[in-house]
Amino acid sequence: MDYSSDTRETAPLPGPASIADLFISFTLIALQGFGGVMPIVQREIVEKKRWVTNEEFLEDWSVAQITPGPNVINLSVIMGGRYFGLPGAIAAMSGLVMVPLLFVLLLAYIYAGMAEDPGSVRAMRGVGAVVAAMFAATGLKLASALKNNVLGMPLCIMLGTGCFAIVALLRGPLILALLGPGTIACVLVYRKIQP
Amino acid sequence: MTDVIAPGWHDWLGLLLHHMLLSLLSFGGTVSTLPEMHRYLVMDHHWLTNAQFTASITIAQIAPGPNVLFVAVMGWYAGMNAGGVLPGLLGTVVMMAGVLLPAATLTYFAAAWGHRNRGKRSVRAFKQGMAPLVIALMAATSWLMASVHDNLHQDWPLWLLTCLSVLVMWRTKVHILWLLAAGAILGYYGIV
Repeated sequence: MDYSSDTRETAPLPGPASIADLFISFTLIALQGFGGVMPIVQREIVEKKRWVTNEEFLEDWSVAQITPGPNVINLSVIMGGRYFGLPGAIAAMSGLVMVPLLFVLLLAYIYAGMAEDPGSVRAMRGVGAVVAAMFAATGLKLASALKNNVLGMPLCIMLGTGCFAIVALLRGPLILALLGPGTIACVLVYRKIQP
Repeated sequence: MTDVIAPGWHDWLGLLLHHMLLSLLSFGGTVSTLPEMHRYLVMDHHWLTNAQFTASITIAQIAPGPNVLFVAVMGWYAGMNAGGVLPGLLGTVVMMAGVLLPAATLTYFAAAWGHRNRGKRSVRAFKQGMAPLVIALMAATSWLMASVHDNLHQDWPLWLLTCLSVLVMWRTKVHILWLLAAGAILGYYGIV
């Protein structure tokens, strides 16, 4: 057998080293997520660890979006499941949830009046502004993954704007954006790609 | 003051089953089921007071981690109302399991199916078709968060902070925690 051409296939793909790695990675991601974990997931897993590309991240997120449940939780299940099956999915999801759970309960226990404390309300205003920026910045970074999309940039922008208008400006239900621009986009791609 | 409740096992079971059902309906996230959760927990079954309901959401936002952890706080308060720390922990477990497990299980199998069938034209069409929409939804989230502050005359420092933060995050490698801390400090001292 000729093995000399096999080196690309046998070189391990980058990814979590173990189930424990999944748990720890997602724990550390969650602990940086004040107000929004998704942008942290993109920064850590796509940019720093390079487990997936922006394109793959978008694909995973699409599935996370379409299934019920919080997107970031679904994303952890999808990613963890792909690397280590059910134990991987459980490890990734537990990472997002378990240690932060301790923090949250501690906070609830020791500072019941925190929600009304004027200082923390003011601080949360500032944090909220930064979190809004996080989502916008992540969107900008992910936009670069669209350059290979068969729809082409103009169509992507049109469909994206339609979706944005429905959800952000008209405050319509998500299902409308998924059924409207979503269906159009998927049908258009379907017709453009090879069987 | 909260109503004194003494829940029996069937109340706990109802709590679990109700949220498992909501889990399967929570498209777009658990926040989409908040009105229903409020009806069940506060109005109909008096597990929580209104104040505890809203406080749970704020506390989960302040704490690190997914915001969905507000359900853990709600479960905690519900159990504490029912009797103490031990029921509090039971409440946390029941709420978390109910709200998260059904949706996560469905997602797991949907993703596994999608992965097995990833060569299929319909699956590929879905992935590429959804891509621009997912980005648009990120932008929408950003907009919805920022536009809570719609009095530009007095809120312009917040908008400025957001725009500057976008630039820093998009173009530099400054760690996100520095920016979040800056936001908290600027907010605390009333600069934004």
